[in-house]
Amino acid sequence: MSSSGAAGAGSTDSTAARRNTKRPKYSKFTQQELPACKPILTPRAVISAFLLVSVVFVPVGVASLLASRKVVEIVYRYDSKCIPKNVTNKVAYIQSSADKACSITLNVTKHMKSPVYIYYQLDNFYQNHRRYVKSRSDEQLRKRGEENETSTCKPEDMVNGRAIVPCGLIAWSLFNDTYSFSVNKRNLTVNKKGISWKSDRNHKFGKDVFPKNFQNSSIIGGAHLNESIPLREQEDLIVWMRTAALPTFRKLYGKIEEDLKEGELVNVTLNNNYNTYSFNGKKKLVLSTTTWLGGKNDFLGIAYLTVGGLCFFLALAFTIVYFVKPRQLGDPSYLSWNRNPGGH
Amino acid sequence: MKRYVYINDDESAHDLYCDNRISNRKYTVLNFIPKNLWEQFSRFMNQYFLLIACLQLWSLITPVNPASTWGPLIFIFAVSATKEAWDDYHRYLSDKKANEKEVWVVRNGIKKLIQAQDIHVGNIVWLRENDEVPCDLVLIGSSDPQGLCYIETAAMDGETDLKTRVIPSACMGIDVELLHKIKGVIECPTPNKDIRRFDANMRLFPPFIDNDICPLTIKNTVLQSCYLRNTEWACGVAVYTGNETKLGMSRGIPEPKLTAMDAMIDKLTGAIFVFQIVVVMVLGIAGNVWKDTEAKKQWYVLYPDKGPWYELLIIPLRFELLCSIMIPISIKVSLDLVKGLYAKFIDWDHRMVDLETSTPSNATNTAISEDLGQVEYILTDKTGTLTENKMIFRRCCISGIFYGNENGDALKDVELLHAVSSGSPDVVQFLTIMAICNTVIPTQSKTGDILYKAQSQDEDALVQAAAHLHMVFFNKSGNILEVKFNSSVLQYEVLETLEFTSDRKRMSLVLRDCQNGKILLLSKGADEAILPYARTGQQTRNFVEAVEQYAHLGLRTLCLAWRELREDEYREWSLMFREANSTLVDREWRVAEVCQRIEHNLEVLGVTAIEDRLQDGVPETIETLRKAGINFWMLTGDKQNTAIQIALSCNFISPEPKGQLLSIDGKTEDEVRRSLERVLLTMRITTSEPKDVAFVIDGWALDFALNHYRKAFTELAILSRTAICCRVTPSQKAQLVQILKSCDYRTLAIGDGGNDVRMIQQADIGVGISGREGLQAARAADYSIGKFRFLKRLILVHGRYSYNRTAFLSQYSFYKSLLICFIQIFFSFISGVSGTSLFNSVSLMAYNVFYTSVPVLVSVLDKDLSEETVIQHPQILFYCQAGRLLNPSTFAGWFGRSLFHAVVVFLISIHAYAYDKSEMEEVSMVALSGCIWLQAFVVAMETNSFTILQHLAIWGNLAGFYAINWIFSALPASGMYTIMFRLCRQPSYWISIFLMTAAGMSPILAIKYFRYTYRPSKINTLQQAERLGGPILSLGTIEPQPRPLIEKDVSTLSITQPKNRNPVYEPLLSDSPNATRRSSGTPFDFFQSQSRSSLPNYSRNCKDN
Repeated sequence: MSSSGAAGAGSTDSTAARRNTKRPKYSKFTQQELPACKPILTPRAVISAFLLVSVVFVPVGVASLLASRKVVEIVYRYDSKCIPKNVTNKVAYIQSSADKACSITLNVTKHMKSPVYIYYQLDNFYQNHRRYVKSRSDEQLRKRGEENETSTCKPEDMVNGRAIVPCGLIAWSLFNDTYSFSVNKRNLTVNKKGISWKSDRNHKFGKDVFPKNFQNSSIIGGAHLNESIPLREQEDLIVWMRTAALPTFRKLYGKIEEDLKEGELVNVTLNNNYNTYSFNGKKKLVLSTTTWLGGKNDFLGIAYLTVGGLCFFLALAFTIVYFVKPRQLGDPSYLSWNRNPGGH
Repeated sequence: MKRYVYINDDESAHDLYCDNRISNRKYTVLNFIPKNLWEQFSRFMNQYFLLIACLQLWSLITPVNPASTWGPLIFIFAVSATKEAWDDYHRYLSDKKANEKEVWVVRNGIKKLIQAQDIHVGNIVWLRENDEVPCDLVLIGSSDPQGLCYIETAAMDGETDLKTRVIPSACMGIDVELLHKIKGVIECPTPNKDIRRFDANMRLFPPFIDNDICPLTIKNTVLQSCYLRNTEWACGVAVYTGNETKLGMSRGIPEPKLTAMDAMIDKLTGAIFVFQIVVVMVLGIAGNVWKDTEAKKQWYVLYPDKGPWYELLIIPLRFELLCSIMIPISIKVSLDLVKGLYAKFIDWDHRMVDLETSTPSNATNTAISEDLGQVEYILTDKTGTLTENKMIFRRCCISGIFYGNENGDALKDVELLHAVSSGSPDVVQFLTIMAICNTVIPTQSKTGDILYKAQSQDEDALVQAAAHLHMVFFNKSGNILEVKFNSSVLQYEVLETLEFTSDRKRMSLVLRDCQNGKILLLSKGADEAILPYARTGQQTRNFVEAVEQYAHLGLRTLCLAWRELREDEYREWSLMFREANSTLVDREWRVAEVCQRIEHNLEVLGVTAIEDRLQDGVPETIETLRKAGINFWMLTGDKQNTAIQIALSCNFISPEPKGQLLSIDGKTEDEVRRSLERVLLTMRITTSEPKDVAFVIDGWALDFALNHYRKAFTELAILSRTAICCRVTPSQKAQLVQILKSCDYRTLAIGDGGNDVRMIQQADIGVGISGREGLQAARAADYSIGKFRFLKRLILVHGRYSYNRTAFLSQYSFYKSLLICFIQIFFSFISGVSGTSLFNSVSLMAYNVFYTSVPVLVSVLDKDLSEETVIQHPQILFYCQAGRLLNPSTFAGWFGRSLFHAVVVFLISIHAYAYDKSEMEEVSMVALSGCIWLQAFVVAMETNSFTILQHLAIWGNLAGFYAINWIFSALPASGMYTIMFRLCRQPSYWISIFLMTAAGMSPILAIKYFRYTYRPSKINTLQQAERLGGPILSLGTIEPQPRPLIEKDVSTLSITQPKNRNPVYEPLLSDSPNATRRSSGTPFDFFQSQSRSSLPNYSRNCKDN
């Protein structure tokens, strides 16, 4: 830009050079002349768009709501019930080595078709806490040779100078309540195979990686692991290691592969080991069937009905306004250029 | 401060002053990296990104991989550094070329050929014909016996005529050989940039002359970058060298230009930054509180009891990093990219190619296209910019017979050709005057063609025309002029030359016809300077009519006249003339008076009409752009009358009664002040009237106005939509630009000559016409175009589209990064305010780099209105000028939109994926998909015209999102292994996505539709009109009638011409401002009819009527 200095110097020869420049190439792109469709918001288009949305959304909403209603779900909160009445310090109780077995009864209000999924639900448990969620080592879980890859696992990385497998806070705080079910004194088998993602079993957890030095430190977090079973088969751990995004979450415990009939009473014997008392977390046991949309969740259905209804209302409103107060599009009378030329 | 230059002193001056090395470089090899980095980091955005990138290196707080910031950062820096280096290298090369040019310099008494950079102050430099002057010189010798030499100053002030320079009286008559040995001292001012003043003294040392001090003026100098013409050789003493020459001093370093839009984006960025800091502080405090109360109870988090001392800072810093994407680093990359493309569109535009020279338009500065759409003032040069700077003889009237009226070209008029061939005496005499009554010098080229070196374009046109009509002026040797007419050679001996002055407005030659020994007086001049002196009894009505008729056509007229002198009459007068020429006091006036004694009783032969053609389409361009709300100022080095004439013919100012032209002038400061106040008062009164009021000011008055009455002048500048500034210097042009800029107006300066360079560099946008006067302006400018009329397209099409597109692109960039940032903030409330990132590094990086930048980049193809509609309704530019599409309130709209969309996406994803589905990676991908879908629909909704590329980019990008994520989901090593496959199989995923899209878009569609239909902006109305077809045609009726296309034939111009115009005779030489400035006369209303019948006797007051 500032080459005015050398000024006349190269003026003549660069003039000559400039004269030789050819015309730029012609194409529709370079001339910004690509054929284009230029839709505008005509009343007809907008109103039909809203109508279309409402016509699609209302049935989908009804279908989702029906699906959600079809799900039979039994939720039972047991964290306070399973503490003996006389215990005042719940935290001390749960941390003690006393027998914490507890028995509860679930009433099947509606026929539940197999498979019935067993979940445990934790409330106010921050699996998504930054300190927590990062405290794991995927390399270590996958390969036997990488067991010293514990740098990301702090503070649960080493014990007595040896690497913990599996390391990190997530594994360390593994949920350790256990449940067993019986109906009419007959034990129900709980299938705990295949409760985790297949991809996790096959690719994220090694079949030759065995727990080592686990729960050996001074503070014991959650469950212990059988050191003779490879991580790939420790499905409770695999499920637990899929961290939840919300502080309220359910994790699959197992499946009951038979129907539960209406009116049946399911007796649950559980070991109440897991400490949620120090942070006032709730523990719930959930038995649920499933549909194409998943578990019981009315949200999608209601939201669909709301949005569909809203769109219908908008379509209606715009139609009324269109007929009551029609406006000619592109009315030239809006085009007066009588603004003050200098002013802004 | 003074500087003393010792002539031809080889030792002393070397260290005192710099040598003649020119340097325009910004960097050296050594300081390039630090200086360039320093410059880049002086921008706030860059500092911010550097800080973020450094913070990310701390793994304790970083939510994502540091490479996601470092990569783009280094890339951005490398690109701009490379560009700077490239530019600087080219500056270095062109400097080097100028520095290594060889010149003849006297060293130790001997003429030597040395490089231009080795010239020192005090050296004697020898120049040959057509040499470029390497530094500022004081003349001491010339090949001309009278000590004259001719120079061309086009590179400096843009005037193409030749100027005379004269050696100081003290050096007159020194022998060539002695010039090598001359010694003396020149006392001159310290280097300055005033190219019209040089107040110095010279004293030669014995033996050359006694100790008399000889005063020097600018007439004794030749300045750097001028060319020596029509003079065999000249020599001078170097007084200013290198960057201290007058040209070098006035060069000034061009500041990097920042568009108004960039400034606005910076401002908005600052606002977002403040917002971000507030968010970070609030979340940081909340996070620390939560940590101290809740997290201590969450045993599984295992917070240590005592953290490091900086513990309190960790959470706020984490949030700072988490929120750092609020200011998108991609905005810089995408803006640079699209700006480059805007510039390319200008380069490529076929409708802006000058077909005559096949010069395409060129955007040198690729960064400021948006500013074109926001121009409020255009400051234009006249000659070569509005006009073609090509004088052509068009018509004439000889003894009452009009030639050239039928076909507009007298040279092709059969009757005239016939009259010439039949040798009609009046016609022959007319042609003789055309051919020889001038100061043109004919030269013969090698091929035998005759080339004319004229100091004025008018004379050149006349001589050329005469040659065309077989009256060929082919030789001038000494006082003998030789003319070939129909193969007979006629010789004339020049006895006296009665030079042109702007007061006399005519020039005459007294010569002896060598054929018969008669003494003739040949005159040519403006009609009011010739017709009153016609022979008693001669009917001049014919000529008056002719002059008026031609003037209406926008032609420059000259009257030609002659008379025969008696021998004794000449003798007597000649003595008086000699005497007057040697007077010391009031010489100019005395000479003029003497001249008048002989210039009377003239036999008027006829009138010539010369066209200084306006470039094609200039009037329409000015009218269209003015309708677009752009104000025009004309800044010209030319004389007032010429400027006004051109202004009228190109719609610049309107004739009475629609327009009014006020004049500011005066000889003294006081007069200027009064005049300025009067004009200001008138201007204030008339602002409410629908009248085009313009003011005209000349350089002299402008000098006072700028230096002493800046405030009043600034007010005037704001009030006036049109102004004409005549006889202004390059630096005054720049000052005027500065004044308008200081009032926060966006200015565009357009010019073609070296004298416009400073103005071009000073203005927000500099446009150069790559025209006849070389490429100086074009090279200094941000944009170079071939013709003035392309300005319309440059501003209305390219400028406007650029503005609209950047407005969308920048706000959209903020929208999409705010969207994802708000989701992160919301997520932090359900993750214990601990600064967890919902999205993984890959997604975050790809979100900015791929998913969201591709669709928005094709918005550079978007056109809200077709080019034709914009040209037809230039008023629509107002939306750009006033910044209606990018300002805090539109930005607030986008901010709100991103907040709303973030709420929609977040609520739907956490509710639809609750309980057993609330797996981190899945929720994250659902939310991300929601963002991608929403942004695709937002782009689609904001796009006005869909080309195939837009469809490809918007919907292809959506498909690309899935493709990329499927790839990542197929890699077992990645955190998202199988996630996307898993999601795509779930009906609830698709149901959630459609829900987000519908819930996010329907309110926006509803609002947009409502506004579009019931509160339409003018853009909307035009869009509707344009696409629905019908009404657009009827729009014409409410508009002023579209101007009929002005035909090339000038005759159509007459409609708009005022009745009484001053045909102006362009003076041959522009002298110092003092000499000619009186020509502009006293305050006068230009349109006030001047009585032509009154015959003012020549007196120095004749213009002070």
